[in-house]
This record gives sequence, structure tokens and C-alpha cells, in this order.
Amino acid sequence: MKDSNGTTLDTKTMVDTTTMMDAEPVNTSRREFISKAAVAGTITIAPGILLHQTAHAAKSGAGNLNTSVSTRPLDEDVSDKNRWGMLIDTTKCANGCTECVDACNKQNGLSGHGRPQSDTQYIRKVSLKSKSTGHELSLPLMCQHCETAPCVDVCPTGASFVRADGIALVDKHICIGCRYCMMACPYKARSFVHEDVENQKLTAPRGKGTVEACTMCVTRVDNGGIPACVEACTAKNHNAMIFGDLKDPNSPISQELKKHGGKQLRSDLALNTGVRYQGLNE
Amino acid sequence: MSKIEYTSLQGKSLGYFALLGGLALLMLIGLASAYYMEHHGHYVTGMSNQIVWGMPHVFAIFLIVAASGALNVASIASVFRKKIYEPMARLSALLAISLLAGGLVVLLLDLGRPDRLIIAMTYYNFKSIFAWNIFLYTGFFAFVGAYLWTMMDHTVYRFKPYAGFFAFVWRLILTTGTGSIFGFLVARSAYDAALMAPMFVIMSFSFGLAIFILVLMASYKWANMELGDAVVSRLRNLLGVFVASVLYFTAVYHLTNLYATQHHDVERFLLLDGGIYTGIFWIGEIIIGGLVPLALIYAPGVKNCRTTLGLISTMVIIGGLSKIYTILIAGQAFPLEIFPGYEVSSTFYDGVINSYSPSLPEFLLGLGGVAVSLFIVVFALKVLRFLPASLADSVADPHSAK
Repeated sequence: MKDSNGTTLDTKTMVDTTTMMDAEPVNTSRREFISKAAVAGTITIAPGILLHQTAHAAKSGAGNLNTSVSTRPLDEDVSDKNRWGMLIDTTKCANGCTECVDACNKQNGLSGHGRPQSDTQYIRKVSLKSKSTGHELSLPLMCQHCETAPCVDVCPTGASFVRADGIALVDKHICIGCRYCMMACPYKARSFVHEDVENQKLTAPRGKGTVEACTMCVTRVDNGGIPACVEACTAKNHNAMIFGDLKDPNSPISQELKKHGGKQLRSDLALNTGVRYQGLNE
Repeated sequence: MSKIEYTSLQGKSLGYFALLGGLALLMLIGLASAYYMEHHGHYVTGMSNQIVWGMPHVFAIFLIVAASGALNVASIASVFRKKIYEPMARLSALLAISLLAGGLVVLLLDLGRPDRLIIAMTYYNFKSIFAWNIFLYTGFFAFVGAYLWTMMDHTVYRFKPYAGFFAFVWRLILTTGTGSIFGFLVARSAYDAALMAPMFVIMSFSFGLAIFILVLMASYKWANMELGDAVVSRLRNLLGVFVASVLYFTAVYHLTNLYATQHHDVERFLLLDGGIYTGIFWIGEIIIGGLVPLALIYAPGVKNCRTTLGLISTMVIIGGLSKIYTILIAGQAFPLEIFPGYEVSSTFYDGVINSYSPSLPEFLLGLGGVAVSLFIVVFALKVLRFLPASLADSVADPHSAK
């Protein structure tokens, strides 16, 4: 259940598609066509986006940072072998760009009701200006996927939880909508569903009267993909976001952190966040 | 002291049924408001993703805090053996239970999913102070209920001191738990203070006693029973001590914050620049809820004036609601300090003072909770013997006759 219903559906879809393709009669030109189509599909829509990113990375010289990462078979439990995280380089985050936000909204079916006070936002762009130096920057802010998450601590029913691989989620089945997690979150990362939701995505179930937040695109990650925001940022060639396994010392995110470091927001709270930032110097 | 004779209200007058009917109507309106909010979703309220707890929580927390304090009189009688409080212990316990019930109804009906009450009762995260509170609330009903039983049934009367003691300890733990709901919120500048727990305990003493005094005086006046000055004067003086204590804790809380540079911004907001919140703090909480009642309690000219005591108690209640409002709403209105040293802006209201205008349904739901509490009291006073037939000085305190 912890993997959410969406995961199951996605897996099923994927398996069915594969089976269907395997069952096609062998035909060289047809196989060629299918593989080309698969490549084209991968470039434009598939969560893996390996080829697309490699191409982009090669072009920009940024290195292949956001490849498909999860290797866990889908019938295996989530384990603590991985710790999924993100590294955001604020020096590359373009002011005024909302690619990551738009991609997130699309991915999770967050259309809003034109009521900014109560509409859900999983990720938002924050503009900062240093009070002492006047230095300006912008960055995306979302659930920081803390290891010791305050939202999890305070949740009375245990609906808020952190998976073994570090992704913080809400179990919509046992959330009673008390909003104590929203009081506790240091990043204002959570939203309360204030009204009926329509046109929900199969991979992003929502419910009026419950609390929700960035899921780090858990269904994509479970299928070997990367979060939609990271994908969009990379596709735009900004490369301000790296997604990967913090526990794998050879992963691009770990390598980059080792090389240049990364800051945790509200590090004074010692929450060991899964999302880190670079370039936050006053 | 002679044996106390208890009585129930006759409850046959038009006034009694009008009161009961009025409270029932308020309850229905509160219920309708909750239905309206749940049906449409919380966007119809003043609450938002910035102010997630609003007016219903102000009422709920006030009632829950006051519930614990309403037990004061009973505790002083059975734990501290002060005889003069003994006759009022039953009413004290009844009020404690009913106030808690009213508060919990509001809290429940403001949940995003009130239909999931059974989940709240069966799924527990024991690290959550909220989950602990669920046990503290149900335990409070059980302990105070048992205490009432030992007071009213002579076959178990001998257990009264024990029941009274456990109820006393439990109510202290309960209010510690309520205060810790805020004290444990590490992320917000206005909370995250161990002082919250004892401050809530002392707030409960004050608010609960103020409500108790009003209910006591109203009951005896409307039932044409005698309520002597000895009892009333004791309660008045006790209220004075509690009101002063709340002011003391409030001062310590703000002075501690003012000492630390990192809290200067939030203190400036609460005490100086916070607009409506600053106004509610100084006028509602400090002046109406603290200084004026204190002055009136110890003013020589109005010492035995019941109307003045009624006014004082009402002001303490207004001050109490103001205090909860400033703690709860102003604490959320002040922006989270995620990026110290930066000016912050976003589409999600980062870095700005969050606005909140309570909607009518929220207010009516809160009022419905008050009605639930009072309905239980008014009804229970008719069906069981909670009130001493007389609280004249000769009955309550024979030594007072000079």
C-alpha cells in the first residue's frame, strides 16, 4: 500500500506494453520502425529520457547527470539501499523560469481553481534578495524529503511517512485532514485540498480534505525515471536540478555534492533533507 | 461543616426550556456550518494553505484548555482539602467534561475528513503529541467521570480522594499536552518554546475558573438559590491570582524572545507592527483580559458586587479567546524563516504576513461547540443532583460568620 495505488497501475501499464511489443511477429523493418518510435517516444515523453538527456548533456557539456536511476524490480519492497535526493544549483536557476513548476502541475494534475490562497502547489519558484549584499537569485522550493521529517513526527495517524528510500509521502487513505503536518513543516511544502478535485492522474491520487505535497514523482522514480521537474529543467538546458541516489558514492549527485557541497535549508533543525542547494551565499 | 444537600434543577420554567432550545438551535447552526464547510471544501472558509488552523481551532483549543481549568474547584477540594470548595466539586467536574466535549466536537468537525474519526481512534503514531492528546482527552472523560461517580454515589465514596487525585494529575498532563502541540512546533518562530506547556496550564486555570464562576452565578440566580459572599469572594481572589499568573507567563515568553536577536522580527510583529494581531494582543489579551480584570478584582469599592464579578469573568474569557487567537493565528501569520538574511517572495506567499479573515461558518461552528458544552451542563443540572441546595455562607463556610 505504501507504494500507492498509482505505482501498481503504472507497472501494469508498462508490463502490458512490453508484452504486446514482444508478441509482434519478427519483421526487420517493422522492428526498426518500433525501435525508432521507441526512441522518439523516449525523447519526447518517456520518463526515462536517457537519450534525450545524454544528447542535451553532451551539447551543454554539463555531463550526464540525470539518467534513469532506480534499478529496483517493481515486485521488490522499497529498501534503504537508496536515498533519493535532489541537488539544486541556484546559479543555474533562471529567474522567471517556471518550467519545473509547470511540469509538476502537469504531471500531478494540479490545475487549480484560480484561488491562489488555497490552491495546491507542490513546487514553487522563490525569489530571494540578500538583505546585506543585494545579491538576487531564484530557486525551486518543494518538500525537502527530510530523513527525520517534522510532518511525520506530528502526524497523529501515521499518514505522513518517509519511505525507506527517503521519499516523504502522505497515505491518503488514513489522512484525517488535521493539518498538523502543515503547521510543522519548516518549508511550507504541503497543501490542503480545499475543494473537489477533477481529472485526477492515475499516478497522482488526490482527495478533498486531505493533505498533499511533492512526492518526488514517486511512480516515475519507481519505474526507473526521474522527477518531472528535474526532467523539465534539464530539457530546457538549464541543468539546475540533479536527481539521484545520495547513497551511491558514484552517482552524479553524490559526486557533485562531494566536489562542491550543498546546503540544507533550515540546517539548524538537523532534519537531513533529501534536497540540497548550491549558490545560497549572501 | 454540616452535610451538604444537593439538588437538581426543576427545569420546568419557560426560561429553562428557552435556554435549552436556544442552545440546541446554536448547536444545529454549528452543525449546518460544519456541513457547509465539508460539503464545499475548506476554501469557503477564511483558512488557506497559509493559515491552516483558523477560528474553529481558536474555539476548540479555548474550550479544551478551559475544560481542564474548570476542574480546579474540585481539585482544590479533594486534593488540597479546602472544605469551602467541596460543595462545588460536582459542578466543577461536570463543567470540565462538558467543556471538553464541546471543544472536541469543534475540533472533529473542522477536520478535512471528519468521517474518518474511526481512523483517528485506531491508527496511532506515538511520536505525535496529537495522538497522545487523543488518549489524554478520552482519559480525561474517564477519570473525571469516575471522579464524579465517587462524588455522587455513596457506595464508592471512599474512593473519591484517589479519583480526585488522578483526575487532578491527568488534567495537568492534558493541558501540558495541549500546550505542547505548539511547543513542539520547531519550525515556527512564535512557537517552539517549552514555556508553552506550563503557560497553557496556567491559562486553563484562569479561563476555566472564569467560566465556572459565570455558570455558578447564573445557576444560582436563575434557580433562586442562595449563593453566599464567602464562596464568591474566594473564587474572585483565586481568579485574581490566575489572571496575574497568565500575565506573568506572557511577559516571560515575550521577554525571553526579546533577548534573542533571532526572535526580534517575530516579536516586533507580535508586539508592534502586527496590525490586527498587535491590537488583539494589547487590547484583547493584555488590557481586557488581564489588567482591567485584575484592577477590578482587587478594587475595594466593588468587592462584593456580583455584576462586576460577572463582568470580570466575561473579560477574562474575552482575553482568553484573544490570547488563543494571537498564539494561533498570529503565530501562523508570521512567515516561516526559511531563508534568513534574504527578502523572499513567491506565488505561495513566502516572506509575507499571511492574512486571515474568519468566515461566518467558522465562527458559527465555534459557537456551536460552546452551545454543546452549555447544553450538556444545563441538561445535566436537571437530571442529576450537581448543585448544593444552598451555598449560603452558613452552609459553605460556617466560620465566616463574624
